[in-house]
Amino acid sequence: MWFPRLASDRVLRARPVDGPFAITLKSNNTERLYCLNVAAERLGLTRGMSFADARAFCPDLISQPARPDLEARFLASLRRWATRYCPWVGRDGVDGLVLDVTGSAHLWGGEAEMLADIQSRATRAGLTLRLGCAATRGAAWAFAHYGADAAALPDLPVAALRLDAATVTALQRLGLRTIRDLASAARAPLARRFGPDVLMRLDQAMGQVPEPVMPETDPPSFATRMSLPDPIGLTEDVMGITARLLAPLCDRLNRHEMGARCLVLTLRRVDQGSQQVELRLAAPMRDPSRILPLFTRGVGEVDAGFGIDQIRLEATQVEPLPAQQIGRMHSSPDQLNDLMTRIGTRIGLENIQRFLPADSHIPERSFSIAPAVFSRPDNGWSCLRPRPLRLFPPEPIAGQGATPPGQFRWRRMAFTTGRAIGPERIAPEWWLVDAAWRSGLRDYWRIETREGRRLWLYHTPQNPGWFVQGEFA
Amino acid sequence: MGRGADRAPFPTWTSRGAVADRRRSSYVLVMRVELHSVFPLRRARVHEVYGPGAMSFAAMAAMGACLWIRESWLVDTPTPQGVLPFLDPAGLLMARPKDQTDALAVAEEALKDGALPFVMIEITRALNLREGRRLQLAAKAGGTTGLCLISEGMGSNAAETRWHIAPVFDRHSEDSTLMRWEINKNKSGTIGAWHVRWEPKTRRVHVVSPVGERPGSAGTSS
Repeated sequence: MWFPRLASDRVLRARPVDGPFAITLKSNNTERLYCLNVAAERLGLTRGMSFADARAFCPDLISQPARPDLEARFLASLRRWATRYCPWVGRDGVDGLVLDVTGSAHLWGGEAEMLADIQSRATRAGLTLRLGCAATRGAAWAFAHYGADAAALPDLPVAALRLDAATVTALQRLGLRTIRDLASAARAPLARRFGPDVLMRLDQAMGQVPEPVMPETDPPSFATRMSLPDPIGLTEDVMGITARLLAPLCDRLNRHEMGARCLVLTLRRVDQGSQQVELRLAAPMRDPSRILPLFTRGVGEVDAGFGIDQIRLEATQVEPLPAQQIGRMHSSPDQLNDLMTRIGTRIGLENIQRFLPADSHIPERSFSIAPAVFSRPDNGWSCLRPRPLRLFPPEPIAGQGATPPGQFRWRRMAFTTGRAIGPERIAPEWWLVDAAWRSGLRDYWRIETREGRRLWLYHTPQNPGWFVQGEFA
Repeated sequence: MGRGADRAPFPTWTSRGAVADRRRSSYVLVMRVELHSVFPLRRARVHEVYGPGAMSFAAMAAMGACLWIRESWLVDTPTPQGVLPFLDPAGLLMARPKDQTDALAVAEEALKDGALPFVMIEITRALNLREGRRLQLAAKAGGTTGLCLISEGMGSNAAETRWHIAPVFDRHSEDSTLMRWEINKNKSGTIGAWHVRWEPKTRRVHVVSPVGERPGSAGTSS
């Protein structure tokens, strides 16, 4: 199966375009046409043409950049679809599939009927598809790419042998234009001149050298479900079913050495409505006895309505979790992770935070706050100068001049300065835009008041004013 | 006997703790309670602290890993550099629930679990007896210490101890952490007051001088 317009078909399926359409790919610093639709080809555009030329030929050309990752995904889904014809389906390059239909064609009433079915379904799906069917993989490739009018294999050009362009040109210069010519030529000089590759491709096409189809395995799906003969509604019943679903799911995770990070329990009710319970875990986990209690809160909130008759449990996000040696030290992080998960189901996992050091002299940027479950603790803390225990948004106070005021009022309390230590000048980081530091330099003072409180004041010499920003222990 | 066994076993100063215990049992009228008999806060209980130095007290009382529960709308933030002299910021986890109902639920969960030995809760609305008692039971179940940072007058009857902390001006040295600690309520002992200073090298509290000769009070009166 060859999809000659895979890239443009993929885009046009989602958003049909009437006029000429092209996919461009940047290679060697030039935008080149990578894939075209029929209308564009009819206007004389070709693959590999530079995009600027194409625009000159055809001003109303609609284009989009190529997305090789999405195309690979699209091909993977086509591969999965093709397993409806036979179990042995492999990929062939970036735009083809190869099916080993030996023993499965009779299920469709013969090869011709099967090909017609494939072709009609692909056309209905808006895909350009060219099929080739032959006894060997090489011959099938040749028919799909070159044999539109079902000529015999020996009559096809040598390019149908999956050779690179330079070899094909060299063979044509020797007068070997078709596969028949190549097969009747002496083998030894050919092998000496072009290497073993040409003869290997020839033999593969002729069936003298085997070339198996490697089927791809489906990625493991971490989901289980259970349909119930009678609807259920009690929390214990739902938890019981969840436990029965969880056991095979965790077994499967265990086999693939994966751990679930996010689980979704979908409860389908008899009235076709469905409710979801999402569980986000603080660490990848695959221990059913630890996961099950974490569902209790979510399941308790579900409205069962007239009853639940189908339950599906899916691990929507999995992470590698290699098997670990069990030791004494491993119990505590597990316990902490369980606790964070339980708290996270209530307030959201991102609301459990920890401090991470950051490189900045600006007091409020000298640390960052990160969600605890997505970061590791960092021990690189250092503090050259005393920093307040508590920081708050700057609060202005009355004060004149560059030396700290002897008496001031803050938060409706009167203070007398007992001792002032400073100043410590901190300059704003000019490479960052920060509205709070618009007022320029700051001279920080540690003020010990006679009343006891130790405050962190600053003066802005460029824009005179006094502010309180923090309090020491 | 059961009550004696339930009493905190003076975790750090075993020998001095034993002396204090003997003294208390032989003389009935002991009015002054030693700080070390109340300060490393009793485990498996929930305590309360208020006053301008409440956050410093919380940082000093926490030992090792702890969970700090503050509602998300509180704008002032504890800084890791400021916390550094008292405890390791790497072991500090912050939970930011949206309101006090969530905060109490998180606190109860964390206290009951026991994965973190110390849990601080910033209380913004006075607790009723039921809420205070639930926290107390959760702490007992998990063997963890809880500390509620309250405003004055928000105390709950269920609290084990209640402290008032005020920083004091130190005439003699700068960058001092001199403060006055007063224990206002103590379910299993007497009340008292001390002037203390934090010793960052050894990470422990030093009692400066008896209550009668406070350098801070002398300074303010002169």
